[in-house]
Amino acid sequence: MGASADKNATGVGRGEGGLSGWFRKRFPWDQLMEDHVTGYYAPKNFNWFYVFGSLALLALVIQIVTGIFLTMSYKPSAAEAFNSVEYIMRDVEWGWLIRYMHSTGASLFFAVVYIHMFRALLYGSYQKPRELIWIFGMLIYLCMSAEAFFGYLLPWGQMSYWGAQVIVSLFGALPVIGEPLVEWIRGDYFISDVTLNRFFALHVIALPLVLVGLVVAHILALHEVGSNNPDGVEIKKHKGPDGRPLDGIPFHPYHTAKDVPAWVIFAMVFALIVFFAPEMGGFFLEYANFEPANPLKTPDHIAPVWYFTPFYAILRAVPDKLGGVLAMGAAMFALFLLPWLDRSPVRSIRYKGPLFKIALTVFVVSFVMLGWLGLQPATTTYTILARVFSVLYFAFFLLMPIYSKLDKTKTPPDRITYHG
Amino acid sequence: MARRFLIALVAFLSLAVPGVVSAADPTVPLQSSGVDVSNQASLQRGAKLYMNYCAACHSLQYVRYNTLAEGLGLTIDQVAENLQFAGGTQHDQIRIAMPADAAATWFGLPPPDLSLIARSRGTDYVYTFLKSFYADPGQGATGANNLVLAGTAMPHVLWPLQGIQEAVYRQETGPDGASRQVFDRFELAVPGSMSPDEFDRAARDITAFLSWAAEPMQLERQRLGIIVLLFLLVLFTFSWLYYKELWKDVK
Repeated sequence: MGASADKNATGVGRGEGGLSGWFRKRFPWDQLMEDHVTGYYAPKNFNWFYVFGSLALLALVIQIVTGIFLTMSYKPSAAEAFNSVEYIMRDVEWGWLIRYMHSTGASLFFAVVYIHMFRALLYGSYQKPRELIWIFGMLIYLCMSAEAFFGYLLPWGQMSYWGAQVIVSLFGALPVIGEPLVEWIRGDYFISDVTLNRFFALHVIALPLVLVGLVVAHILALHEVGSNNPDGVEIKKHKGPDGRPLDGIPFHPYHTAKDVPAWVIFAMVFALIVFFAPEMGGFFLEYANFEPANPLKTPDHIAPVWYFTPFYAILRAVPDKLGGVLAMGAAMFALFLLPWLDRSPVRSIRYKGPLFKIALTVFVVSFVMLGWLGLQPATTTYTILARVFSVLYFAFFLLMPIYSKLDKTKTPPDRITYHG
Repeated sequence: MARRFLIALVAFLSLAVPGVVSAADPTVPLQSSGVDVSNQASLQRGAKLYMNYCAACHSLQYVRYNTLAEGLGLTIDQVAENLQFAGGTQHDQIRIAMPADAAATWFGLPPPDLSLIARSRGTDYVYTFLKSFYADPGQGATGANNLVLAGTAMPHVLWPLQGIQEAVYRQETGPDGASRQVFDRFELAVPGSMSPDEFDRAARDITAFLSWAAEPMQLERQRLGIIVLLFLLVLFTFSWLYYKELWKDVK
């Protein structure tokens, strides 16, 4: 145990005089740092999957900062939006860099969050007592999706326009209230200047506020119950005489020092895309979006951005519009229920049995395949495939109470496995 | 079963996307453009061809003349004398004199702005399009057609250079047993002032110029990227060593 507790007792009585003393008496800065940074004990045995939470926070900060600068030059009007984006790309100093960082950041934010969620599936981080962390996380994911959807309209390209048209029209599938609801969302009879204006307001003010609030709730809930780890055992069961978990280590400086190289690797991937492939082969910036929105000309092939395609494939797999919309909603909602569907006595994949391992593999393959299928035109073969993988996707959740209970689990160790 | 499902699916999609109108895909495979945006001589030749043959109808509204000078390695005066036929200042955008509604009357639709064509369609599309005009008497008002964009309203403006080519078809039996006409090759009916190789180069130069115009900062972007990555490599080394040092004693 390298870190001694006294090192981290940030000395609440320290330095009564001077400016810092004056400040300290009026604001609980020391207490906040102690509770959430220097005195927050996280398990020592975190592997590299555990850097994706802080990477997601980094991605959020990048989106907010670049977004603020974009807002300074962007014009949320149907007549000017497309032009203003090209103005940012060409005439604003460093505008191209800020815009590419924002467009790349959006995709990488989702990539990071998907890996972060996969980590939770691997190690059972959603299980009791961390249900609320998972719920807040899922709300963050939903909020991000809405944020990305509203933001995608803003460049006012062909794909922006028709993507929004398709997604908004989905609400029309609801019985009775459908059509009036669609009109209410758009504020018009079609996607128009009015729609662009309100999407802009939601994208730059409403959802970022909610998002930041949810992130705070996610982290507070995490720090209340403590982090899970790759062994899925509670480190709080074994505490030293100082009351600190024996298998924990202060978040700062230890885990932050581990996060920094991960941030740099992330920055490298980020830079490779921003500087050498900003369109990422049409996945991050779709080619059709370099054509201004034209309400009279539907593009040959409308596909959402890659991070929505698994759900889009599920939507298309159902040969009924309302059914498709409900299936898509259910696909997202099912994730919320995970803490109560998993009946396994152990958390981590390391000690779970073959049934869960197979189920998780099938789930991941289905999710990736659905993502791929969502990008393809809906031919007969692809539609049949999409139906198969949609069924497998839902089977993972529906059958979980059964296979997680039947599974032959191993007994986890009493304490974490960590070899310096 | 599959057929019924397909019908249902089509019905569903047409519900989801009101008024789906699908344009025909190009009937020819696109040729590789092989453009090199870092070749300034190629960009200059392309700009010259563009300004002489294309810019009467097609604006480049997001490109300014001073950006043109900078990107092509020319002085403002050189641009003003050789490329800026419309007059105006160096800060002006490259626009056309033709009013959009008049253009719509003459051509059926106003000629599109080409600032971003190389990004929205790709350079291979532009290159192949420029090379795929052929004589088709009775097609539109121009008697010219294009394999990449069938029924195009655009006349074959580069014919003095390329000459006039005709499409040659062959009969082919499809999988359903029916015989149909398939495009085989182009034949040069009237030679132009350029040889086919020279014209290929001209089409490539115009395409390179349009690729530059679609993203004038692309070379700067890549140059900066290398510096950023080198910096991150150094940063990674130190952050990794710090992490290893700090965790050395954690047991």
